[in-house]
Amino acid sequence: MKKLLLLGDEAIAQGAIDAGISGVYAYPGTPSTEITEYIQASKEAKDKHIKSQWSANEKTAMETAIGMSYAGKKALVCMKHVGLNVAADAFINSSITGANGGLVVLSADDPSMHSSQNEQDSRFYGKFAMIPIMEPSNQQEAYDMTRYAFELSEKFGVPVLLRVTTRLAHSRSGVVRKEDLPQNEMHLPSDLRQFVLLPSIARKQYNTLLGKQMAFEEDAEKSGYNTFIEGKDKSLGIIACGLAYNYLIENYENGKVPFPMLKICQYPAPVSMVKKLYDMVDELLVLEEGYPILEELIRGYLNNGKKVRGRLDGTIPRAGELNPNIVAKALHLPVAEGFDISEILKGRPPLLCDGCSHWDSFNALNEALEPYSSGRVLSDIGCYTLSALPPLQAINSCVDMGASITMAIGAAEAGLVPAVAAIGDSTFTHSGITGLLDAVNHKAPITVLIMDNSTTGMTGGQESSAYGRVEDIVKGVGVEESHIREIKPLKRFHEENVKVFKEELEYDGVSVIIARRECIQTLARKMKEKARLKREQKEASA
Amino acid sequence: MKKDIILAGVGGQGILTIAATIGTAALLEGLQLKQAEVHGMSQRGGDVQSHLRLSSKEIASDLIPEGKADLVISIEPMEALRYVNMLNKNSGWMISSMNPFNNISNYPDLELILNEIWKLPHYITIDANKVAKEQGSVKAANIVILGAASPFLGLKYESLEKAVRNIFASKGEDIIKLNLKALKAGLHYTEKNT
Repeated sequence: MKKLLLLGDEAIAQGAIDAGISGVYAYPGTPSTEITEYIQASKEAKDKHIKSQWSANEKTAMETAIGMSYAGKKALVCMKHVGLNVAADAFINSSITGANGGLVVLSADDPSMHSSQNEQDSRFYGKFAMIPIMEPSNQQEAYDMTRYAFELSEKFGVPVLLRVTTRLAHSRSGVVRKEDLPQNEMHLPSDLRQFVLLPSIARKQYNTLLGKQMAFEEDAEKSGYNTFIEGKDKSLGIIACGLAYNYLIENYENGKVPFPMLKICQYPAPVSMVKKLYDMVDELLVLEEGYPILEELIRGYLNNGKKVRGRLDGTIPRAGELNPNIVAKALHLPVAEGFDISEILKGRPPLLCDGCSHWDSFNALNEALEPYSSGRVLSDIGCYTLSALPPLQAINSCVDMGASITMAIGAAEAGLVPAVAAIGDSTFTHSGITGLLDAVNHKAPITVLIMDNSTTGMTGGQESSAYGRVEDIVKGVGVEESHIREIKPLKRFHEENVKVFKEELEYDGVSVIIARRECIQTLARKMKEKARLKREQKEASA
Repeated sequence: MKKDIILAGVGGQGILTIAATIGTAALLEGLQLKQAEVHGMSQRGGDVQSHLRLSSKEIASDLIPEGKADLVISIEPMEALRYVNMLNKNSGWMISSMNPFNNISNYPDLELILNEIWKLPHYITIDANKVAKEQGSVKAANIVILGAASPFLGLKYESLEKAVRNIFASKGEDIIKLNLKALKAGLHYTEKNT
């Protein structure tokens, strides 16, 4: 078959289509977004009627996928690593219910925090849930392992975690497809109480999961995704997990590593393979993209066995992603150096776009807040988080999706009045609505600024669940109509907007100010598309 | 054959068009490739880079090791300076636009930036906007820079031409012609200046 040039994310998407999924459920989040976008754009997926509409958040996505699995069909659910925190309740419990139709959970980690607030390692979640984990090292494996993950899920009747990191997610390479598999017919579990996690049933189900652990490990030994590679020099043994394997190979001519090594791409890592390596070498080096999970297990609490090198003993930096040179240094190999970087070079941090509505919203808010002491704006996750930086310096927090409103309640109840919550429309529907309900019930003296740009901007302009309905939702939650205000964030309305902010900051209760203007990126795209259609019509009629 | 290329610029400038064109040409020649891109937050006017690796043999790492890049191709002169540590000190070439993208308050003096680039042993600096305008549109500046880099890519010039046709196929014949001219103009500039 012809080679396709695919991002790691796209290879996963194509792998899932070819594995016979009936639905993909996801909330956008870098570096996972392109998986769902690929399926949405795929003609094949459309012909196969694969469901691919965005979910309100990762928890609803996970639950929808569990529902599809309950009904016997195969489902993929995708999120970035911190999204798995949001989905964790459903995720962990899905290992107890088990899967009926194949259920694969893709979590894309972001070591070095290119676009994230932490670099948590999703493999911990897989271990926590006690389910198999697949960690591909390249694009072809991303394709193959996605298919295999579905096979495993149905073979063992459990969800399977598929873990990638930014570099694989956003790197392109050739991928060869395999024959596509059919979707499942709808069929319910033979035991209709399998998904009822009443304590008496959950205890039984949990024991079933515990009973499968040895089989998971045996599969990881036999599947071919964990491989033992012989080496003559027994002074060192190397364990390389996922992507780390590539950085190791990069450092040796023709990929010939002189030491025996173990490539790990499927967990639980088989003890027998680790032991075989451990027994034959003087010391071990463990290379992992992410947290030192395997390293810690092998090293043990007392660290009284053979020397185990890695992130814990400083051989490799404790934080951040790996690269070929970090691995070379760990192996005491010579490292090439380029030219020195000039001192005149300046940083170029990301910025809000020229003409973005957030400039106007925050300029008005900043002015309205001038009479008060600083530090009153609790904010959230989106493009607008960039307004923490100069020149706006408008916000004082960014913790997790939806935290702006709830943190503002807490801060107000501690005496910070007025307190402002600044949140985008997509983040509001992701996790802000329940917080707003709390605010109404607490009669909290907070002003909530909902910046409605009618899209999920930061991740590239996906549809927003709140589209056209922000007022209705706010009203439905119980905010008084006289304190739901709409402003148009444009320079020419600046004075008016400042006045609205000032009035609502003085109000002793919950007010919501909706600043509505479309994201200029999505607007520009639409106008371009319109112009293209017009041009084509003109050409066709000429 | 093995070429390791860093593509540099500012988010939104379109380094991925250059990457896609080189990638398509490499595939036409039956080469293997890996191309690591930057998506997400940095795309909002921040510095962005792409690691593009071409080889007749299997490629291991998605990232190019420091000091081993054969080429840095930059659409922006200050961004060129950010990646000189990636260049192979003996044989690496810097191909950079001379047209600054100034979206920060402390952007250095352009002359100082160019002087830094001109200290490198192998470089091409080109007023890509001017050359592109002469061909018909400043929008083709990317492809002018690609043309200027074309003799160093280890690819046949015809493959690049075919790739340009592929990449711009949906935009109509006029745009294809413009970009083919831009590619050629970039090549001529390098031929004259080396």
